[in-house]
Amino acid sequence: MRAPVSWLRELVAIPEGEGGRDIAERLIRAGLEVETVETMGEGVDGDLVVGHVESIEELTEFKKPIRWCQVNVGGVTRGIICGARNFIVGDLVVVALPGTVLPGGFTIAARETYGRVSDGMLCSERELGLGDGHDGIIILPTDSAEAGDDARPILGIGDEILDIAVTPDRGYALSLRGLARELAISYGSEFVDPGSALVDLPAPESVRTPAECASEDLAACDMFTLRTIVGFDPKAVSPEWMRKRLSACGMRPVSLAVDVTNYVMLETGQPLHAFDLGKLRGTVTARRPRSGDTLETLDHVTRTLDADDLVIADDRGPIGLAGTMGGLDTEIDDSTTAIALEAAHFSAEVVARMARRHKLSSEASRRFERGVDRQLAPYASARAASLLLEYGGGRYVGMTAVEAPVSDVVIEMPVNEPSTVAGMPIADAVVVDKLTSVGCQVVTDGELLCVTPPSWRADITDPADLVEEVVRLIGFDSVPSRLPIAAVGHGLTPQQRMRRRVGTMLGSRGAVEVLCYPFVSDAELDALRIPADDPRRSDVRLANPMSDQQPYLRATLLPGLIAAVRRNAGRGNTNVNVFELGSVYRGAVSGRAVRPSVLDRPSDAQWRELNDTLPSQPFQVAGILAGERELDGWWGSARDFDWSDAVAAALSVCDILGVAAVVRQGSDPVFHPGRCAEIVVDDRVLGSAGELHPRVVEATGLSSRTCAWELDLGALMAAAPAVRSAPRVGTQPVAKEDLALVVSDSVTAADVEEALRAGAGDLLESVRLFDVYRGPQVPDGYRSLAFALRFRAADRTLEAAETAAARQAALESAARVCGAVLR
Amino acid sequence: MSAPNSSFDPKQVAALDATAIDGMVTDALGAIASAVDLQALKDARLAHAGDRSPLALANREIGALPPAAKAEAGKRIGEARSAIKAALDSRTEILETERDERVLVDEAVDVTLPVDRSTVGARHPLTTLMERICDVFIAMGYDIAEGPEVESEWVNFDALNVPPDHPARTMQDTFYIGSAESGVVLRTQTSPIQIRAMLERPLPIYVVAPGRVFRTDELDATHTPVFHQVEGLAVDENITMADLKGTLDHFAAEMFGEGIVTRLRPSYFPFTEPSAELDVQCFVCRGASIGDPAKSCRTCGSEGWIEWGGCGMVNPRVLAAVGIDSSKYRGFAFGMGIERTLMFRNGVTDMRDMVEGDVRFSQAFGVES
Repeated sequence: MRAPVSWLRELVAIPEGEGGRDIAERLIRAGLEVETVETMGEGVDGDLVVGHVESIEELTEFKKPIRWCQVNVGGVTRGIICGARNFIVGDLVVVALPGTVLPGGFTIAARETYGRVSDGMLCSERELGLGDGHDGIIILPTDSAEAGDDARPILGIGDEILDIAVTPDRGYALSLRGLARELAISYGSEFVDPGSALVDLPAPESVRTPAECASEDLAACDMFTLRTIVGFDPKAVSPEWMRKRLSACGMRPVSLAVDVTNYVMLETGQPLHAFDLGKLRGTVTARRPRSGDTLETLDHVTRTLDADDLVIADDRGPIGLAGTMGGLDTEIDDSTTAIALEAAHFSAEVVARMARRHKLSSEASRRFERGVDRQLAPYASARAASLLLEYGGGRYVGMTAVEAPVSDVVIEMPVNEPSTVAGMPIADAVVVDKLTSVGCQVVTDGELLCVTPPSWRADITDPADLVEEVVRLIGFDSVPSRLPIAAVGHGLTPQQRMRRRVGTMLGSRGAVEVLCYPFVSDAELDALRIPADDPRRSDVRLANPMSDQQPYLRATLLPGLIAAVRRNAGRGNTNVNVFELGSVYRGAVSGRAVRPSVLDRPSDAQWRELNDTLPSQPFQVAGILAGERELDGWWGSARDFDWSDAVAAALSVCDILGVAAVVRQGSDPVFHPGRCAEIVVDDRVLGSAGELHPRVVEATGLSSRTCAWELDLGALMAAAPAVRSAPRVGTQPVAKEDLALVVSDSVTAADVEEALRAGAGDLLESVRLFDVYRGPQVPDGYRSLAFALRFRAADRTLEAAETAAARQAALESAARVCGAVLR
Repeated sequence: MSAPNSSFDPKQVAALDATAIDGMVTDALGAIASAVDLQALKDARLAHAGDRSPLALANREIGALPPAAKAEAGKRIGEARSAIKAALDSRTEILETERDERVLVDEAVDVTLPVDRSTVGARHPLTTLMERICDVFIAMGYDIAEGPEVESEWVNFDALNVPPDHPARTMQDTFYIGSAESGVVLRTQTSPIQIRAMLERPLPIYVVAPGRVFRTDELDATHTPVFHQVEGLAVDENITMADLKGTLDHFAAEMFGEGIVTRLRPSYFPFTEPSAELDVQCFVCRGASIGDPAKSCRTCGSEGWIEWGGCGMVNPRVLAAVGIDSSKYRGFAFGMGIERTLMFRNGVTDMRDMVEGDVRFSQAFGVES
């Protein structure tokens, strides 16, 4: 909502010296979001005068037609070159004299152009920063000024315009009337409400009967008025002041009838619509569409109407979308002489639904959605009718109206409620005073206030709304600052602690956390070779995705990470180790989620059902490792990330959570078939790690041998011990034994280690594989695995024989289970 | 060592006279002093203090002295040995120090060589900023609440007093799951976590809820369809706007420095009444830039205040939807954008830096923001 300060000053006494910024500050304190304060013609500096065009010489020797004009600027006639052609001799124009600076720092000088010395410039709206009008220069109405007059006040230069973002609860602020009322309260000054006094209209002339109106749905349209004017001059134009104000408010002047409806809407907040009476047939009725009804609206779109829409119709069919946009067939045109002026009140919900359904947001629908004054229609339409009669001539024929009974809302509130909620003392009289100032009727009943909000404040329905009115008008900055004593808290939950620990650990070990969008495409999942029946194949789909290419929510973190790695590579960084902690989404939503009443707590069954409708949203952690793990340097040559770094990353997550994980040879299709580990906890596979499948690398455009890992972090955290058990730290001497075992390639290191552990018995403290050898001394298809075994007893130094026996038992176990042979 | 003489020899032993011993000492000290390295010193030790040194040989003769002379000769030899030992120790010390210095010099390296064998890791600054915020409230006794990102419309809108077709719904451009009629959305705000907290936790409730939220805004320098918010909620008996103000002031001081306060401006949110916009005092200029072009402030645009979030007293209609008796309990709630906070707190100028996953961005923050 744009509001010129000069217009506000007409409606409310604002102290002299208060500028646009001061006024904005007042409105902000009252809860209105003033986004900008603009100055009309900002940047215009110097002389700007009214000129009278005395003669025009057409110069034809140039590429485009040029005019050499003699312009009287008050006792002096100046020769001025002009390229515009929209004026004639005798017109009043706006002249920037030499030395004047225009917006953008453009200084006018007397200079030679097109073979003449141009002694000034004839200005267009755009050149003065007043609007987009550049069809030609500004022409002032005949006799509206004298040559040589200062053109600034005539053009409104220097007037300030407030631009206000109106929140959905404050429909009344979409009018000068509403804003002026707030300023009157703020400044404590008089306010004459333009929406509460009926403008004097001439007595209706009985040249004909006024057009009839009706409402078939008094819930959706509880007031409908129609005023009839005949003998209207179709050539009449809007007065300059009205056109100027409309432009300042961001509306394009069109014709007198349209301009008046817009002007009165800006002034009072009441949307109005003028029909060409000659194009109407029968009664103008607010009603629901009939099956098959269509309507071509003013924007030249033919709309198929829904049974829930509300239309204005005559005997032939719909002629407008109620409170949203008029129809093309009954539009005012340049031959209209009879006007039917509609002013009505429509249900906010009905208009909101309709505007949304037809994707049509208009000045009218924005106001009705936010609530228009229920009583305003006849007052606003009287104001509009008087303007039409004043500037367009014609005769007033009268008004017809239908209205549902008004039922006033009375809100009861303890008088101390504002004080209790704000946490500061507020005198009872102040409460009553503040509520009265916004237009409420207040009746005191002991400690109780019975408050009737004014018709323009449909948003005030609850005691809490009254509290807000009182406290905002006192000023939120009066509210004291005090700390409540919170209940005893529990600190982070175990899961929250674990997620932090995992993130900090990975970040400290060289991985970089990224936060990726969760949107994925089938193509990305195809590139990852994820099969159709794999849980990582997305099934949660967006109805309105940002891009049709990515309609799904992710069921694996890998696509986002891959995109991040590629983006880094595209920017010249090919050594990337990234990870993400985040939710994935599984389980298509079918049917409709329940929507319990909001008047009371949902039942346990409803709450359960509601939650069951939602997809499962497990928490995952994943990473990608590409390029060099250790860079080239004075220490030696680079070492690339390989499968083992991915497995180490996955295991580091398990370790830091205290979860014992087992690594097994995996077969995840995303990964290289020979270089894929599955991470197993309590016999459940909780993730994969390794080198990506070469086809995945190729399809995703990653660098070769890129590695990745992903874990079900939620499941891992569930497996984490709440309390960790202390070890027994043995202090007796250690006995070390090394074993080099030759095993077939089909036997994994983990198998051999497990067999050794099983055989070695209780004296075994640890087993560590320290070498893998293939070569001449080992047959093809076999390798040698060297293990370091450490034995220790809790209570004594081990005898050599005991150690030897344990070593032998381990060896035999490995031989039996894995076919291992001592090398 | 040889065995002492068992037979008494009355003859004077020439090797034990004072002059001879002094000569031995002089020889020894000379040899020690002239030893140029530890090997030479080892040779000198063997020659002058070893088993076959003149002094050791002389010592053997003590047994042959008359008892009266034994004590004096023993004393003389003892003194000589002490003098030689002291000289040896001192020379050893000097030569070892010399050797150590030489070796350590030989082993010296250029410690300014780069040690960046691998690239450094980092957490995302949005994550660490959310954790920082949570810690402030944990310290005040709050718990951290969470909720699902795919949420029901009832929790995301209806229960928060945003009825269907209310203009407030169109203020938040919503992603719908499945179809526009499914009643399931990507949450547009963290406020639904308030509803879950009030339905699932015992009263009184003091929680903050950080999380990821979604709106159908195209990515540009100031918008992203996926962003983060943090929400705070207190529901207790006797909660007032003054408690809200005090909590926000404390929060602001913790995040931006001691003495930084907040300002409330009336506004509208369906789930709070009264509602307010929340500004934080500019922590860079602390208001000094207002109206003083010489002190213009980029952080606050010389406004002195920075828009931070929204807040208010929980609308009794919201309390009704979760079955809390609003005649007994009141609440306050507040919320702010994490991206926005990071932008003005840490000087991020482009939203895209936070979402694109360029590792250079996070690396600049390390594991703290």
